Amino acid sequence: MNVAVTVNGTVYERDVEARKLLIHFLRDDIDLTGSHIGCDTGNCGACSVILDGTLVKSCMVLAVQANGSKVETVEGLADGEQLTALQQAFTDHHALQCGYCTPGMLMSATSLLRSNPSPSDEEIRKALQGNICRCTGYWNIFEAVKSVAR
Amino acid sequence: MTTIAPEKVEVGKSLLGESVPRKEDRRLTQGQGVFVDDIKRHGMGYLHFVRSPYAHAHITSIDVSKAEEIKGVYGTLTGEEVASLTDPFFQIASEPGGRIKDFSLAVGKVRFVGEPIVAVVAETRELARDASELVEVEYEPLDALVDARHALETDAPVLHDDAGGNLMWEGVYEWGDLDQAFAEADQVIKIDELHFHRFNSTPLECGGALVEYNRGTGQWTIHTNNQFPGFAAIMMGPAMRCGLDKLRFVTQDIGGGFGNKITSHPQLVTCCLLSRKLNRPIQWTEWRTDFHMSMSHGNERWFRDTEVAVKDDGTLLGFRTKALDDAGAWLRYEPLGGVIWAQVTPGMYRWRHIRVDFTQVATNKAPVSPNRGYSRMQHLWFTERVIDIVARELGLDPVDVRKRNYIRTEDMPYETPNGCIYDSGDYARMLDIALDLIGWDSMGEKRRDAESRGKRLGVGIGSTLDSGTNNFGQSRMINPELQFSGNNEVATVKLDIFGEIVVTLGTTPQGQGHETTASQVVAEILNCSLDDVHVRAGHDSYWNSHAGFSGTYASQFAVTGLSAVKGATEMLREEIKKLASVIFGGVPVEALELAEGGVRIKDNPEAFLPFMACGAIINANNAGLPEDLGVTLNCRYVYRPPFEVPDIERKFGNLTLTYAAQIHVAVVEVDPETGYYDIVDYAAVDDCGKRINPQIVEGQVMGATAQAIGAVMHETFEYDEDGNLLTPNFYDYHVPHALDMPPLHTGAIESPSPFTPLGTKGMGEGGGAGIHAVCAAIQDATGKIVTDSHNPYHRVWELMR
Ligand code: FES
Ligand code: FES
Repeated sequence: MNVAVTVNGTVYERDVEARKLLIHFLRDDIDLTGSHIGCDTGNCGACSVILDGTLVKSCMVLAVQANGSKVETVEGLADGEQLTALQQAFTDHHALQCGYCTPGMLMSATSLLRSNPSPSDEEIRKALQGNICRCTGYWNIFEAVKSVAR
Repeated sequence: MTTIAPEKVEVGKSLLGESVPRKEDRRLTQGQGVFVDDIKRHGMGYLHFVRSPYAHAHITSIDVSKAEEIKGVYGTLTGEEVASLTDPFFQIASEPGGRIKDFSLAVGKVRFVGEPIVAVVAETRELARDASELVEVEYEPLDALVDARHALETDAPVLHDDAGGNLMWEGVYEWGDLDQAFAEADQVIKIDELHFHRFNSTPLECGGALVEYNRGTGQWTIHTNNQFPGFAAIMMGPAMRCGLDKLRFVTQDIGGGFGNKITSHPQLVTCCLLSRKLNRPIQWTEWRTDFHMSMSHGNERWFRDTEVAVKDDGTLLGFRTKALDDAGAWLRYEPLGGVIWAQVTPGMYRWRHIRVDFTQVATNKAPVSPNRGYSRMQHLWFTERVIDIVARELGLDPVDVRKRNYIRTEDMPYETPNGCIYDSGDYARMLDIALDLIGWDSMGEKRRDAESRGKRLGVGIGSTLDSGTNNFGQSRMINPELQFSGNNEVATVKLDIFGEIVVTLGTTPQGQGHETTASQVVAEILNCSLDDVHVRAGHDSYWNSHAGFSGTYASQFAVTGLSAVKGATEMLREEIKKLASVIFGGVPVEALELAEGGVRIKDNPEAFLPFMACGAIINANNAGLPEDLGVTLNCRYVYRPPFEVPDIERKFGNLTLTYAAQIHVAVVEVDPETGYYDIVDYAAVDDCGKRINPQIVEGQVMGATAQAIGAVMHETFEYDEDGNLLTPNFYDYHVPHALDMPPLHTGAIESPSPFTPLGTKGMGEGGGAGIHAVCAAIQDATGKIVTDSHNPYHRVWELMR
């Protein structure tokens, strides 16, 4: 099936199998390997992207469902060399170790801060509960997000 | 979150001890890391494994023809082919485990649910998966052995006929004088059975590889996230009947390892054979369910018939116990767990009379492998349980019993009953800091407050060691035939043509920030800026910067890796001075110093030679230099820790070089009606000697804490009686998420190691301190003895019935 998906502002047209997952489309078909895969049950959030303004787990969406949509991934966050405040905060607060969960975490936190620029501690935790990190214990991630909340 | 850091002594401005931001982060926060599944090759085939649905069965036939007929399927590999193309993997075990024959795919028999039987390679992931369903395998099911406690019964199903039974390894460890200790004791405390459960660290990235075979050179390039390529190589080379030069291992970013990515050599062999057979690159990425079913569970262990000799005042004299360890279906790193625990034989305590009868058996479950805190965690959990049970039986305060028995700072370096040398530390002080952090003084009030809300409050301590930098000579205690001892790590540091400082490491970091801490050491010695130092990301066995024990495992980088970096950088510094001495017309090297990205004559700001000039002279403009200059500006250093081969007969010797310590305190509130509990407060105090980058160290402490909390409350690899894994994914295997995290206070002291070049100690594993602390807190809250390391709410509820 032919799909046209706008990812980080660029339109990609590809012929995909109907059963192809959006995460595999991103990673294998258009080679945007920043979004990751950490599970096969929709639990880990490593694949989180923003689809038409809504945070989704891209392993739970078919590529064909994204036809005609706009997708934002971690690769689209920075403006050239200029990191977003959140990306910078992740470094400043040591909110990543292996970095495998980081793209998904950044997308979830980005989505949170768009809809709620001043989240409480509890709201930050709730917004990130769908993203598993096995390295950091989350504490530094909370600090990083808090530091850019207004 | 509160943090207490040790007082800093300012001696000039040093980069060592600064929490500089990590070099790795720029790429990782932009999704520009290169993890194994990110690597692609033209024409590559995706590999999918056909796995056993039975825990134990004979394979009577395999038919791959239907799968191979499908368009887009490139080919298959069966166990039978593997058995003819390779030799069984070398076994670390002596008799009887040493007799088992382990291949990369099941041959003739399956021994656990999820065991790979056939590999199918196809054009796409989906097709490989579909085609693997068309592989027809006939089985003759056998009874499964699931509970290790029945493994040695006469009617137990036998996994490996070659071994003549399910016993894989056994050994008796005895030090001191047990008879005397028990004769002197006022009391003997008996504990029937303690059980440490099966789980692992489940790194977020599963296993994987991209393997290419070069027909011209006969060499395989293995892009992988295996975290101990040195070990994989010595397992794979002999099995594949090739020299190690034919196996090139490459890694860049690894999405967490925690020991669980050490034993992927069987899967890598399968990929190698297929890339040669099908003449195309092979891509294998494990699915989460595959990882849970088949890779690297942590060692499950029972401690039975424990007896503890104590004085009425709580002085500990000694103990004896029988440890029964469940290795799962294959010995992929085992039975090393049978000796690794002995690195921390007495835990943190001064008892001198200890006997452990260690038995390891096979069961129809996934093979175990190192898991953060490998084998020591189980033993340290045991010793901590013993302390709390003793305190309860004697009616003493667990804090007092610990302080009475802790090895004291004035005893350091302290030789344990089995010859390990604890290098430095102050455990009592760490405990005080931890207790302070959770407000120990007002605990009575907090208890009453909890009671007024119908809850029961409990406080528990976990005191543990993170022994680091293995002396591989300890492997001889489990098999005297083995020819391993000591340890080593390599780094190279060179000055390139435009003055670039380029560092290569032998390690395979998985988030520990090696590029950053190595840069700190280099910049400190060369007196240049961190930005001037370029550490190559990852590992490549083509780089000549690795040795037999290279890798990232077992808490050692701060010692082995950084000492190698230090050695190589100091060599480079001396070479730069030597060169400058010639260029400056014979100025003695003592008159030279490195500063501001170059070398200069002290007290003469005019005479300055930038690194760029040094690099250019040696690499590209070297005519006329003295013949005997002996300067390459490309320095390789092998760090070899000072070890002796242990005394195998007495099982005595120093098994690791450093002994970092962690003391955790957990405060829980239990609902007596339901068994539900919350960790309401938590403190973790760490001492890993000199810290090069405190923020990275603290990050490791936090991660280990989170994993321990997950393990004690939620995570378990549990099997039903037929050997089916009940928790094969993140849906059933609950790892802590954002809402599960308790408040955390961290603290640190620094007791530099007298035995390491930088005063550092390896750290990061954390010794499972959180498991010990939460178990103790539940015991305190409920008043009931906790005998299991896994305490989900229903178990706590049962405890209180
Ligand atoms: S890969 Fe999508 S939630 Fe885990
Ligand atoms: S940083 Fe490794 S999983 Fe989050």
